[in-house]
Amino acid sequence: MYRYDNYDQALVDERVTQFRDQVARWKAGELSDEEFRPLRLQNGLYVQRHAPMFRVAVPYGMLSSIQMRCLATLGRKYDRGYGHFTTRHNMQFNWPAIEDVPDMLAALAKVEMHAIQTSGNCIRNVTTDQFAGVAADEILDPRPLCEILRQWSTFHPEFAFLPRKFKIAVNGAKEDRALTWFHDIGLHILKTDDGMVGFRVIVGGGLGRTPIRGEVVREFLPWQDILTYCEAILRVYNRYGRRDNSYKARIKILVQALGVKEFARQVDAEWEHLKGGPATITQAEYDRVTSFFGAPAYAILPAIDESFIAHQAESLPFARWAERNVRPHRIPGYASVTLSLKKPGTAPGDVTSEQMEAAADLADRYSFGELRVTHEQNLVLADVEQRQLFALWQEAKAANFATPNIGLLTDMIVCPGGDFCDLANAKSIPVANAVQDRFDDLDYLWDIGDIEINFSGCMNSCGHHHVGNIGILGVDKGNEEWYQITVGGEQGNNAQLGKVIGRSFPAGEVPDVIEKLVRFYIAERQEGEHFIDTFHRIGLDPFKVAVYGDKARLKAA
Amino acid sequence: MTQIIKNRQAVADNYTLVTLAEGEAPASTALPTGAIIVPLAVWQAQKSELTTRGTPVGVWLDVTEGAEDVADDLASLPVIAVNFPKFTDGRGYSTARLLRERYGYTGEIRAIGDVLHDQLFLMARCGFDAFALREGKDIAKALNAFATFKTPYQAAADESRPLFRRRTA
Repeated sequence: MYRYDNYDQALVDERVTQFRDQVARWKAGELSDEEFRPLRLQNGLYVQRHAPMFRVAVPYGMLSSIQMRCLATLGRKYDRGYGHFTTRHNMQFNWPAIEDVPDMLAALAKVEMHAIQTSGNCIRNVTTDQFAGVAADEILDPRPLCEILRQWSTFHPEFAFLPRKFKIAVNGAKEDRALTWFHDIGLHILKTDDGMVGFRVIVGGGLGRTPIRGEVVREFLPWQDILTYCEAILRVYNRYGRRDNSYKARIKILVQALGVKEFARQVDAEWEHLKGGPATITQAEYDRVTSFFGAPAYAILPAIDESFIAHQAESLPFARWAERNVRPHRIPGYASVTLSLKKPGTAPGDVTSEQMEAAADLADRYSFGELRVTHEQNLVLADVEQRQLFALWQEAKAANFATPNIGLLTDMIVCPGGDFCDLANAKSIPVANAVQDRFDDLDYLWDIGDIEINFSGCMNSCGHHHVGNIGILGVDKGNEEWYQITVGGEQGNNAQLGKVIGRSFPAGEVPDVIEKLVRFYIAERQEGEHFIDTFHRIGLDPFKVAVYGDKARLKAA
Repeated sequence: MTQIIKNRQAVADNYTLVTLAEGEAPASTALPTGAIIVPLAVWQAQKSELTTRGTPVGVWLDVTEGAEDVADDLASLPVIAVNFPKFTDGRGYSTARLLRERYGYTGEIRAIGDVLHDQLFLMARCGFDAFALREGKDIAKALNAFATFKTPYQAAADESRPLFRRRTA
């Protein structure tokens, strides 16, 4: 993975000094709360329900074992012994004191980490595919370009006070695993028949209050031009995006208001001036950054390891884990392993300091000392020898990482919700746990098969509920917590938004509703269909009837 | 006389900033004597008088106005001020970069309005070289802000080449 040189290191060190001074001036009353607010936000520091929340950047999801141990130490020293992984690959601590954050940043800087632009109306952490560099369907490893984008966006002087936050995702494989259609900028790496590499550029997607699928503004942009082109997009947005209403301030609203054609025309007009300029990426820089993402020292192994097969035959629990949590690798004899942070009854995405250290140890022993964070809030060991999987599984079990549920119903994406977050309308973790509890029978879970349930505690959609096959959204109804259910959302190449099934429900009824939807799917499904396939075949109305009975039928008629 | 930051030093300000009252006609507004910085609307309405009055005259741009609006007049403007009604409104950063990098303006670009210590570094990178800090702010302390980061990544008005074209091992 990328390693800092003196320039990179100086910038994060200077950032610590800057923020320490800002905190001191705020404490001394020289900075008002209002003046301090965007400064702390751009260092990932929110003031939350119980205490400040501090969000650490994990650029494009890559973590070394050394960095993971640092996060473990921070969790133990400044938090209550745990942290939470978010859908932007970041780690959140829920209980630090503001006064401690400069020291936390200093500790992070020592391991080449930071909290730069993890919040605020600026360019946020760039996200990508958790299987970058190892996926069989990869066109090009997106991580070098993610790192180049990270550097370009870090302290970008023109774009620190945008109308609203700005999120970029890059996908380098045939299958979209980075939710690119729902980002402010989504980039697909493409290779033409004659070997040219570039991007399909999608702009104006987003979830939140007004979920919109992004639109293609350019079918093919040579990779060298990505910084100048992004600069043109951001400049048009910075100048003309709405600032009068924060709900209408994302770039998606500007793209919709202008129409994608006119928006693209304005971007092109701006780009004409920037194209080919000094920010055009050089081959030397691309090669320099790419050299950090070279293949590790893989062993030469047979494509299929016999002991891996034999262990699966002997142990059903291992076989189940292998089926759900282990993924094929492009190198013979290797596999990628997902460590589940979705053990039923725990807060999805939460990880204790002990677990972080255990994960770091596993990474050191089995996967070249590196980990990835997924936007589904799990961890990945990308490069594990098949012959080591059985030993890894036993250790992962001991650390509560081996729940065999990746892609199954209990592998829910869940935001921290009303237990922690100030923005939330409703709690999410206890309701998610109640749903997991309802589906605690592994055979049943297995029979249901692939299904994504995404849960957000409010319209800000941190839990990506819009693109869950079943989405759960916390809403405020007369100061009570209610939950609205959507069906049919999807990520991937056919990413689309779910549809609301009808009136919302109190917390206690949510597991019943999910069960009705799932039972109905099981009754209706045809051979080989996952939940989403059945939805595509029969549509929304039958699911409504399954939940609301004849009332829905009358309404539908 | 109020002080501003100019070329990273606190200096006395010679200009009077002219603002229009609500409903006031830009063509007929009375102007003070001496060096002035006028709203774009006044500049457009009284350009011939302003260019012959024999005192330095600058223009200030509000957030909905841009570099394009003064592009033809740059040679006659010793100063262009860019207003920040709220420090969180970042449109002025683009205005300054366009003035410097697209239109080649070499005169003073002054940040006015809600101008604060912690934005000075970014503003300077975008081409601002003068800063009228919001009243009550500590100018001497704010001078430290310019040294916040030694070698930033991007090309901007202050550095034409991004770091990746300058990195040495």
